[in-house]
Amino acid sequence: MKKLLSILAVSVFAFAANAGTLDDVKNRGFLKCGVTTGLAGFAAPDDSGEWAGLDADMCRAVAVAVFGDRSKVEFITTTGKSRFPTLASGEIDMLARNTTWTISRDVNLGFEFVGVNFYDGQGFMVPSALGVSSAKELDGATVCIQTGTTTELNLADFFRLNGISYEALPIETNDEGKENLFAGRCDVYTTDASGLSSTRAAAADPSKWVVLPEIISKEPLGPLVRHGDHQWGDVVRWSLNAMIIAEELGITSENVDAQLSSNVPEVLRLLGAEGSYGEMLELAPDWAYQIIKQIGNYSESYEANVGPDTPLEIARGLNALWTQGGILYAPPFR
Amino acid sequence: MRSKLNFFSDEKFRSIFFQTLVIGLFALGIFFIVQTTAYNLEKRNIATGWRFLTDPAGFDISFSPFIDFKSTDTHLDVYFVGVLNTLLVSVCGCIAATILGFLVGIIRLSSNWLLVRVAYIYVEFTRNVPLLLQIILWYSILIQLPRVKQSLEFLDIFFISNRGVYSPRPVFETGFSYVFIAIILALISSFLIRRWAKKRQDETGQQFPVLSSAFGLIIIAPLILFFIIGSPLSFDYPALKGFNFKGGMVIRPEFIAMFLALTIYTAAFISETVRSGILSVTKGQREASASLGLKKSWIMRLIIIPQALRVIVPPLTSQYLNLTKNSSLGIAVGYADLVHGFGGISLNQTGQAIECMVIVMATYLTISLTISLFMNIYNRSIQFKEK
Repeated sequence: MKKLLSILAVSVFAFAANAGTLDDVKNRGFLKCGVTTGLAGFAAPDDSGEWAGLDADMCRAVAVAVFGDRSKVEFITTTGKSRFPTLASGEIDMLARNTTWTISRDVNLGFEFVGVNFYDGQGFMVPSALGVSSAKELDGATVCIQTGTTTELNLADFFRLNGISYEALPIETNDEGKENLFAGRCDVYTTDASGLSSTRAAAADPSKWVVLPEIISKEPLGPLVRHGDHQWGDVVRWSLNAMIIAEELGITSENVDAQLSSNVPEVLRLLGAEGSYGEMLELAPDWAYQIIKQIGNYSESYEANVGPDTPLEIARGLNALWTQGGILYAPPFR
Repeated sequence: MRSKLNFFSDEKFRSIFFQTLVIGLFALGIFFIVQTTAYNLEKRNIATGWRFLTDPAGFDISFSPFIDFKSTDTHLDVYFVGVLNTLLVSVCGCIAATILGFLVGIIRLSSNWLLVRVAYIYVEFTRNVPLLLQIILWYSILIQLPRVKQSLEFLDIFFISNRGVYSPRPVFETGFSYVFIAIILALISSFLIRRWAKKRQDETGQQFPVLSSAFGLIIIAPLILFFIIGSPLSFDYPALKGFNFKGGMVIRPEFIAMFLALTIYTAAFISETVRSGILSVTKGQREASASLGLKKSWIMRLIIIPQALRVIVPPLTSQYLNLTKNSSLGIAVGYADLVHGFGGISLNQTGQAIECMVIVMATYLTISLTISLFMNIYNRSIQFKEK
């Protein structure tokens, strides 16, 4: 009986404590990636029903690194609240959902942030008819706020620090926020500045809305995985880094084939023509080549999804390369 | 071999054996669940424990009519705010649903064709549409009300907008406590008068106007006292200042949506319970009391309702329980109840999912068992007492 018990116990544990995520993903044949329920520019279905956006590209880049095929992703929508349990339970392999990197999430919740794919900060959006020009004039306003986010805590801190009062209207999703804001149930909507731009772009007449100048927090948004699986963490981290390094080196989806005959050593290492970096990650030798070929470098993804030519109209700003006045910086590829 | 077989053919042994087996397997199952959870939490480096309860919450809750909540208060305070808000909407809902349910139940037995049809359609419609949809429907209607700057005004003191219903707030000044004490004394003495009157009627058959004397004691007497000591009550009127109304009292659309949806949904079920209760009293009872010369209202109050209650109360209890548990759907419209605040925001900000859920479930269990307890006591008091 004792033996039977221990066998049972071991089998239960073994079921919970699965093998490496990379092997799981390979065996399954596709990647499960957690994204938002729909935030234009970051992750939202486009006109043809395909998921598109900066975060969606992050998911696809990892799928390309593992399978060499950008379509081998299942996008799983998560709310601000469900995202962490979904990741912790193993229902998704990675989360790319405008998630702010904080110490408590990194340490206490048992996750590992692998990098930053968008440097953001919390802002406020109000109807221009309100005639407000600074967030400090918002005393007594009703503020729509997504629950369970860092922005919720920043909001409380900001108003407390400035000695002004507000009424919080808790909402679950960005769509709910839009609905309440456009109906006038709340005066102000606060979330990451990129999210505000996205919401503003979705308004019937964007010129009737202004984003206030104050940015009240640091919000480094990035993909994350479960703590403790370093191999998988490395795959996601370097999929992101490969896109940033590609921009640094001037490799784009257009010229990537020509770059194969480049004489720059780092280019050759990145594209898998030199060294055995793919093997180290247990990926194909041309994994980074495929990411650049099928997704593009960071700049291409940015310009296509959130850049100045998109409805979101977000300038590169902090998200420009470190060589161009921003803080986007990837460790060397060697 | 033979003796072993005999053992199993012994009915008593067999039943004990299988019961032990089932309990053992059940305990084993629980053991595995707890073990696996603990193992996985440890493996994923998720810190567990109850220490987070005394950490500052860091976020604000706007709807907290009983406790003045600030973002520097703890998660434990978030819990209390949530419990009180859950109880508020549940108690209001239970009272209103009972009144509406009795009304509709009686209407459905009336002889007015139009009223009966309307009540019938109401019951069938609300019972057969999911409650969640009804909550969202009410909320969607409420946020389409005029914006705060274009509020509907009534007498310059009531304002209705999609931010809620604003009304004057009574401010109790010194001296009002006397009026309050007077009301409590009046309530106690009315209760005593009722007991005395019942006893006297049982003994002598003489009646005493209990209702009107109670009315005089509870309403008129404190009112006279109120004016004698110089009206120690003023009102704080709401006024539009900046973004919102300041001052006064406000009922938020989130609360109104929850209250309306819970009341209307549950009242439909209660009305059916009431109808079945009244129909369960045999026609002979009504005829017999009529032939004794009782008034129509007396027949209802003294003969029909007491007997119907025996049938009504047990299912009514489960409707109260349903309503209380359904109040957890408030999360759909951002009503700051227990599930939304503590079971949602605190859970998410601290990541202590298991701890928060255990507390929330234990709280609902406690509330439900308390309702059951009191309803069972009430049920026992109205049952047939054989003499």
